[in-house]
Amino acid sequence: MKIVVCMKQVPDSETQIKLAPDGGGVDLHDAQFVVNPYDEFALEEALRLKERFGGEVTVVTMGGDKAKEALRTCLAMGADRGVHLNDPAFAGCDSLGTAGVLAAALRKLEYDLILCGKQAIDDDCMHVGPQLAELLDLPQVCVVNKLSVAEDGTSAVAHRQIEGGSEVVSVTFPAVITCQKGLNEPRYPSLKGIMGAKKKPLDEWRAGELGIDPASVGAGAAAVQIRQFFPPPPRSAGRKIEGDPAHAAKELVRLLREEAKVV
Amino acid sequence: MDYDLPDELKLLQQTIRRVVSEHMIPLEPITPEDEDIPADLRAKLEQMAKDQGLWLLFIPAEYGGAGLSIFGQVIVWEEVSKTVLIPFRKDSIFGPEGCSILFLCNDQQKERYLYPVIRGERVPCFATSEPNAGSDPSAMTTTAVKDGSSYLLNGKKTWVTSGDKADFVQVVAVTDPAKRQRGGITAFLVDMDTPGLTITGKFELMMEDRPNEFTFENCRVPEANILGEIGQGFVISQTWITMGRLRQGAKALGVAQRCLDMAIEYAKHRVTFGKPIATRQAVQFMIADSEVELHAARLMVYHAAQKLDKGEDARHEVYIAKLYANEMVGRVVDRALQIHGAMGLSKELPLERWYRDVRSRRITEGPSEIMRWVIARKLLGRVSD
Ligand SMILES: Cc1cc2nc3c(=O)[nH]c(=O)nc-3n(C[C@H](O)[C@H](O)[C@H](O)COP(=O)(O)OP(=O)(O)OC[C@H]3O[C@@H](n4cnc5c(N)ncnc54)[C@H](O)[C@@H]3O)c2cc1C
Repeated sequence: MKIVVCMKQVPDSETQIKLAPDGGGVDLHDAQFVVNPYDEFALEEALRLKERFGGEVTVVTMGGDKAKEALRTCLAMGADRGVHLNDPAFAGCDSLGTAGVLAAALRKLEYDLILCGKQAIDDDCMHVGPQLAELLDLPQVCVVNKLSVAEDGTSAVAHRQIEGGSEVVSVTFPAVITCQKGLNEPRYPSLKGIMGAKKKPLDEWRAGELGIDPASVGAGAAAVQIRQFFPPPPRSAGRKIEGDPAHAAKELVRLLREEAKVV
Repeated sequence: MDYDLPDELKLLQQTIRRVVSEHMIPLEPITPEDEDIPADLRAKLEQMAKDQGLWLLFIPAEYGGAGLSIFGQVIVWEEVSKTVLIPFRKDSIFGPEGCSILFLCNDQQKERYLYPVIRGERVPCFATSEPNAGSDPSAMTTTAVKDGSSYLLNGKKTWVTSGDKADFVQVVAVTDPAKRQRGGITAFLVDMDTPGLTITGKFELMMEDRPNEFTFENCRVPEANILGEIGQGFVISQTWITMGRLRQGAKALGVAQRCLDMAIEYAKHRVTFGKPIATRQAVQFMIADSEVELHAARLMVYHAAQKLDKGEDARHEVYIAKLYANEMVGRVVDRALQIHGAMGLSKELPLERWYRDVRSRRITEGPSEIMRWVIARKLLGRVSD
């Protein structure tokens, strides 16, 4: 089975987010970067399918030079090949732009299945997986937390998380699946994987190699413009209800009903 | 701060960091302080390391281990020491560590000592210190006298870490009183069940360690159990201790980094007189000094490790790193505890435990004064004697 995993390098969630002084963006100067945690579920699922069916796992990322580190991490975890979509023209893509670049790369790759994270934890859009499926005209199942692939490896039953329950969908391959927490427990890179990661193929593709006109991607072509970043208003201090428990409980219910109006 | 680690080591560092923060730090508050973590917990964590392909990180490739460089081992020790879960003198969860001199075993000895240790079947300990010979091992009085094809050992060894958990001891004794440290001291491998070897003491200390005292009384050890060559024992124990000192340096880095991170977090959120204490210069200076000293220590430890990896004599650099890193971590823990106020003294946080623990490191494997003495002796030459 040939599986392609789309991966994004994101700032570590532990990173203290600082806004650029002009509010035009986020200052990631001191940030630590990691593989987007939802993409780890995707990669883990891909590696397990490869262990079951044989085949090849390719990880594709669009990003600047630094993103290569995240690709190496994926290779150390067990992916066979990395493809780095790296061109200054891609900088500032909105989600549709990103999906377009990924789709161009996927047209050059062979695949039976495309796995993405359900969202990237930096801008949290949840757009790229579904957009990619549309651009490639493939079926999609999003926010999947359980995936049972049929014996012959050509279809699957996917459980997707919906409000208050789960929806069970059968899908034939090739398809795009976006992965949710709970799907699996991602492995760490093993020592053998870490030491061997450098020897695995890692290709770098630019706009030209993808047949993309640089003017059609990046910040200039983005349909979505971010006007301003600002921090959420600071939370006001909580209120402490004094007194004995019986009285405090009554007071709490009263406040919930009369002030918060939630009960 | 970026230390220009090779790509592999950066990835290894990130991986170990995740294992520590996801699987070990969360257990800190619920694991009682003891000589070691409970056996079932250790087994579970070690199994996880095995399953993840992160096992035998301190063993050379020729023995089936990771074959990491010394620098690589330093990186692992630094990350592992960010949790107080595993006591300082115990093996981490990534496989046995106390093997450095066992690699000198001959083929027969390897079968009985080295391989079983690597497989986790036998536990070693190491004994050089004596009641009247600590900083000055050349003053040791334990003797090994040849008797037929074996040696009779007599004397006392003390402060032996894991002595009562061990299956055998790597012990050094005087074989030629005239030569002493210049070829008169020899290392032996002695099974703990050998008649004439008894555990005669166990010390309660301010930290979790409970080292033992051993008494040798006409303890008969076959010649075949000599480790390395006869008369090589002093050099062998120097090898052991050089790695031990470097490990101490590396483990000081992780403790200090975690304490500094905790102090920064706390200072930002703890409000007094209407402002976070992080706005006070007195607190800022404690944080800045800790960062500066930690950075310096890290450069020293990394440099010593890299020099050892080049096969060069790095004893001088190791003395410097051991001395500075251990004194640094004492100051950093102390400051972090101070910044936390009463909370710093609480058993809910790792700080008070580290506060007690790091104190020992200025004494063991060569007290700070001895480190300064040997550093000065190298600089001053003979004048200093
Ligand atoms: C927890 C723990 C575990 C240990 N584990 C082991 C083990 O597994 N195996 C083992 O063999 N040993 C072990 N030791 C022993 C340890 O290595 C010794 O404690 C150490 O070498 C210091 O020796 P000492 O305690 O006898 O101090 P001493 O040699 O008596 O020195 C006392 C003090 O005198 C000063 N001093 C000594 N000499 C000089 C000098 N020349 N110039 C200036 N000042 C000097 C120093 O301040 C020193 O701290 C352990 C000790 C502890 C506490």
